[in-house]
Amino acid sequence: MPKVIPVADPLSKPFWDAVNQKKLLLQFCSGCRRLQYPIRDRCADCGSAEKLGWKEVRGRGHISTYIIIEDGRLDRRMSDQPYNLALVTMDEDPGINFYANLPGTPVDKVPVGAPVEVVFEEVAPGQLIHEWRAVQ
Amino acid sequence: MTTLDPPFKWRREKLGAGVWEHRGKVAIAGYGHSPVDRRWDETSMDKTLGAYSILACQKAMDDAGVTADQIDGVVCCPTTIAGASGGAASNWAPRPFFAPPYDSEWGLTRVNAKWLIDQMHLPNVKFAPSSVPTIGEMVGLAAQAVGDGLCTTCLVIYPTGNLTGRYRRGGENAEDYAKGERQWTVPWGNHGGNDFINIFPHNQYCITYGGTHDDVAPFVINQHRNGLLTPWGFNANHGIPQLTLEDYVTSRFILKPLRIWDCDRPVNASAAYLFTTAERAKDMKQPPIYVLNHSQHNFKPRSTQPVLDEIEMWTDHAARLMYEGAGLGPEDVDIFNPYDGYSTMTQFFLEAFQWHGVKRGDSFAFYAGDIRVEGPHPFSSSGGNLGNGRTRTAMYTDSIQQLRGTAGRRQVRVRADTALCAFTTPSSGGWIMLGKHPS
Repeated sequence: MPKVIPVADPLSKPFWDAVNQKKLLLQFCSGCRRLQYPIRDRCADCGSAEKLGWKEVRGRGHISTYIIIEDGRLDRRMSDQPYNLALVTMDEDPGINFYANLPGTPVDKVPVGAPVEVVFEEVAPGQLIHEWRAVQ
Repeated sequence: MTTLDPPFKWRREKLGAGVWEHRGKVAIAGYGHSPVDRRWDETSMDKTLGAYSILACQKAMDDAGVTADQIDGVVCCPTTIAGASGGAASNWAPRPFFAPPYDSEWGLTRVNAKWLIDQMHLPNVKFAPSSVPTIGEMVGLAAQAVGDGLCTTCLVIYPTGNLTGRYRRGGENAEDYAKGERQWTVPWGNHGGNDFINIFPHNQYCITYGGTHDDVAPFVINQHRNGLLTPWGFNANHGIPQLTLEDYVTSRFILKPLRIWDCDRPVNASAAYLFTTAERAKDMKQPPIYVLNHSQHNFKPRSTQPVLDEIEMWTDHAARLMYEGAGLGPEDVDIFNPYDGYSTMTQFFLEAFQWHGVKRGDSFAFYAGDIRVEGPHPFSSSGGNLGNGRTRTAMYTDSIQQLRGTAGRRQVRVRADTALCAFTTPSSGGWIMLGKHPS
């Protein structure tokens, strides 16, 4: 799939650097003891920037629900249509969710509720993204 | 002219503020609609977004019986509805512009207060903010401005543009790279928008409460029915046939399970409303429609995608906020016109505001009942965006008409003393409560 390529900014660079090393590194607020994703300049709960650090997570989750993109607007993904877009909740904190195309899962054959694990997919030379694969 | 800068604090977004201080002291005295076209045809200068906005303003002024010299406030949303990601579908440039006043985007794809004041020769405007939100919030801004005395006779204009090409194709959506917030969504295919925001919680809703996506069909079909009863709307003027259940369940998917008929139709149109003080409104042509409260809200999800729990929490908050400021409760609301730009979000509003006793998880059963305007539960009597095109104004105009008793074939048979209407998503936007009486 010719996916759109994420562009890291100064704030998100540690996250994408970790992804490129096949690690899932999320923000963690030491004050709230809470993970945060997507990456923000401060904790969305307490507002602290100083208490935000990084924490590697296991990369396990479950499929909450999914849709099928039949007629999206992204030029780069037109040839992929239709394709799955699932919502994955992370086991370590179900309040954190991710999008996933579920590589290996046929279109519209998504096992809602099934466990998933993070995998890493190259979308451009040297640039990986975090994807999620159903675990049977 | 005044600009929209602090210290003018017009937003009402915090619980505990009590009943709105200007409740019943501000009124809507007029409204006007332009024709609703699918797109600007790129040649007719009397059908540009600017020309249509002038026409809508003139109609609103005529409806109220107000002359140009009496207008001292202009609140106009300057953004193009096609949006920042609209690319070629949202701007005229880089194509050559035309002779003045169409020598820039202003008047073609966008309209602002300055352009309108110049073209309409409004000599006495003293309040014309430059940063104006979309109509869901701008009606609150205008109501607060009139209540606070910043102006007394205020035109509120909401243009909605649509040019040649598929909606929001091009621009960022044509790029190979995703920057900023888009780095968290676009690589997986979410290009952003209320369709994506609401479809996942809608799926979770179906799982949580039971039912399937196509249980929204009776609502969508009824929206089309109400639209065909709306003389100014797109459907009623373009030979659009009544949508049937078969049409709906066999229609193509956009974001399965979201179907084409769950999405409103982008249009090129403008609407205007005239806000004034309740005192002045009494001497104008139409019976005043009083503003009983306005409220706004703006929430962010904890993570990438809003989930059902968040959507329900946000809409519950919006309902408490509106009811508190209006001094009313669910049982007091006669006309209920929530936003329906995608059919998958409307049940969240219906249940949060508990209109006609609908509680969480009850919407699909409610939709399956009698929601026609002739019936006991005339839900969304406007036909909304789904029935009239993406003007985002049908909810307001219908509410005014129902309270005036001038909704024609859409006039409800039940009591019509209060109306609650909005252009809002669960996460952001605003509500306004209108009344036939000031208290």
